[in-house]
Amino acid sequence: MSSWARPLFALALAAIACGANAQAAKFPGIGRDATSAEVKAWDIDVRPDFHGLPPGSGSVARGQQVWEDKCASCHGVFGESNSVFNPLVGGTTRADIEKGRVANLQRPDYPGRTTMMKLPTLSTLWDYINRAMPWNQPKSLSVEEVYAVTAYMLNLADVVPADFTLSDRNIAQVQQRLPNRNGMSSAHAMWPGKELRGTVKPDVTGSACMKDCAVEPRVASLLPPHARNAHGNLAEQNRGVGPQRGADTRAAGAAPAVASAAPADGGVSTLLQKNNCTACHAAGQRIIGPSWAEVAQRHAGKADYLAGKIRGGSSGVWGNVPMPPQALDEAAARQVADWLANGAK
Amino acid sequence: MDTGRVRKAPENFLDAEGIRRAASEYRQGRRDFLRGAFAAAAAAGAVGSARAQSAGDRNILELPEHSKGLGQAVATDGYGKPSKYEANVQRRQSPGLTQTRQASVSFAPLQSLFGIVTPSGLHFERHHQGWWDIDPSKHRLMVNGLVKSAKVFTMDELMRLPSVSRFHFIECGANTGMEWGNVAVPTCQYTHGMLSCSEFTGVPLITLLEMAGADLNKGRFVLAEGGDGSSMTRTIPMDLVRSGEVLVAYGQNGEMLRPENGYPLRLVVPGVQGVSWIKYLRRVEVGDQPWGAKDEAVHYVDLMPDGTHRQYTSLQECKSVVTTPSGGQVLLDKGFYSITGLAWSGRGKVRQVDVSVDGGRNWRAARLQEPVMSKCLTRFSLDWVWDGKPAIIQSRARDETGYVQPTYRQLRAVRGTRSIYHNNAIQSWLVEESGEVKNVQLG
Repeated sequence: MSSWARPLFALALAAIACGANAQAAKFPGIGRDATSAEVKAWDIDVRPDFHGLPPGSGSVARGQQVWEDKCASCHGVFGESNSVFNPLVGGTTRADIEKGRVANLQRPDYPGRTTMMKLPTLSTLWDYINRAMPWNQPKSLSVEEVYAVTAYMLNLADVVPADFTLSDRNIAQVQQRLPNRNGMSSAHAMWPGKELRGTVKPDVTGSACMKDCAVEPRVASLLPPHARNAHGNLAEQNRGVGPQRGADTRAAGAAPAVASAAPADGGVSTLLQKNNCTACHAAGQRIIGPSWAEVAQRHAGKADYLAGKIRGGSSGVWGNVPMPPQALDEAAARQVADWLANGAK
Repeated sequence: MDTGRVRKAPENFLDAEGIRRAASEYRQGRRDFLRGAFAAAAAAGAVGSARAQSAGDRNILELPEHSKGLGQAVATDGYGKPSKYEANVQRRQSPGLTQTRQASVSFAPLQSLFGIVTPSGLHFERHHQGWWDIDPSKHRLMVNGLVKSAKVFTMDELMRLPSVSRFHFIECGANTGMEWGNVAVPTCQYTHGMLSCSEFTGVPLITLLEMAGADLNKGRFVLAEGGDGSSMTRTIPMDLVRSGEVLVAYGQNGEMLRPENGYPLRLVVPGVQGVSWIKYLRRVEVGDQPWGAKDEAVHYVDLMPDGTHRQYTSLQECKSVVTTPSGGQVLLDKGFYSITGLAWSGRGKVRQVDVSVDGGRNWRAARLQEPVMSKCLTRFSLDWVWDGKPAIIQSRARDETGYVQPTYRQLRAVRGTRSIYHNNAIQSWLVEESGEVKNVQLG
């Protein structure tokens, strides 16, 4: 290499090196390299090709234990509950497992769509349990528990037998038994990029007709009169000035609504909200657990008992769904228990 | 409501005390008792007085307190609030839609908003595992995957980078989802209120990917992940990232993001459904395959009549809604009205909005209010004189690609009625003779 060529060559090398990191050079002092421990702590996603899945395993039997302790309170003992979230399991058959298409999805009269009816990729289920469950204590399950709970759900749907152990080594085979693995398509124009090779042309076309257009001649659907107030008094949901008012949807003769005062509960309502108690309990109605009023009535004056139940969990004395142990500190549990013992008002 | 409208003669304008006084003075033979009683009633402000009716509006004739007294001091409220008379303008839940308040939705009061910007405190909410108010000094953003070196950024660092500010709409894929089969809710707050529009400020995501040395050829997808309990994940097309449109945003309408909307950091993905605008953004991963996250494999999938689901449907197609007059409202009088509403398209700019007052037989082109921006709400309006007869009001938007918003019949002919997501059909409001406006669907 001649002497004049050497600096040119070096320049070219520098240009290649800068290609990718030109932006980093442009903004010195901004950002730093992540450590491998940091990436490991956060990089938890699992893809449909199981890229990102950590090694491990869990049995159906172990999954049932975890389920009853941590999942059943929201999802029901068999994943069938519709009280807090939509049912997870049900609506699939052995024939669906063979075909990879859930027949009930073709039936307009079928009443609901469970997670197992829709799920096309097993990684999705594993990933979601791992990152977001249990709902009020996400990311508290061990890898083994995630495998086990996934196995239990698959067993409820007859995808795997009761003596099965799901692991990173057999998960790809189990994927081949998912009831709706062939039920998905990306052949549409609603992915905003070219990566999925969908279609370019939208599937529905409106009409630009301006005059004497063909119309749908009659009102085919409107709210029935009894639903008029189902969203509250619409007079109170519209501005009080302007070209129109909200319709007064109260029944004739009903008392005007009074703005509800904040409950005088000494901050308990904040505690209930913060600790997700309100996901299962409400003031005057049953959600998944008893109402505050019911608890207050049955256990009036028993603050110690109630504090113990809040922190230790309960085995379903109000129904067949147990309350898992709640992660409040002792003072907070005590405050809620006192409030309940004193009438929950 | 005093001005220009005929009022009935006042009845019961004297209260019990007034009647007692009048009777007593009558017994004492005083001739002027009635005049005194009238004056007392007018001073008490019980009803509009006969005097006001003849001489003019008492809101003009009688000087109000606020013109005769001393008002509030500056900075009485360090972060101002709306007038107490605007207390009806609130985001609201639809009763019975969800069982929990942490995995729920609140709807923006579109019927009460002007222009195209949604006040940050009225921006619709969708949380999957409850919202948090995260300490920005502890928040971090990581960029990893197919990059030369994984990077970590603090908020301080991100806010040092050159920023861009852009107006964009955000619409939940499930907006209007309750109405696929039939009418389910009364007002446009509930039919269309999972829609908001803000000026967002932040850094183009592509800048951060380049700083990490991302492989933009092999890396055809990006995963965005939230830092809340649900750690929401969503696959984003690299095409859109490369265009520079996707922002890592911290600002909204001139202030920091509100906690309910992802404070201190969220992704902005113009034209794409809200679930991809990951809140509390903690991580962006570059990859060569889509991720099949929960909300792209089980939810936000569209059920077609043949029982297949469409996956990765995320672009929000052209859509519009009349917000005034709209369902649940009552017109006060016959006469002039300015019909107004909002139009938007995830594919670009709104080109035209047509409005019909006869259920779609005839249409007139509405005025588009400036500015008209890409992947942003556009305000439209049309002059209308209501003759007091029943009318069916509709709006139909077209975008710059030539796409025309479909009717329910056109949409259902292809997609059936069993989907939850991506309902962009033309909305119909029935104005009854009473002036009450109702949500209807034609067939």
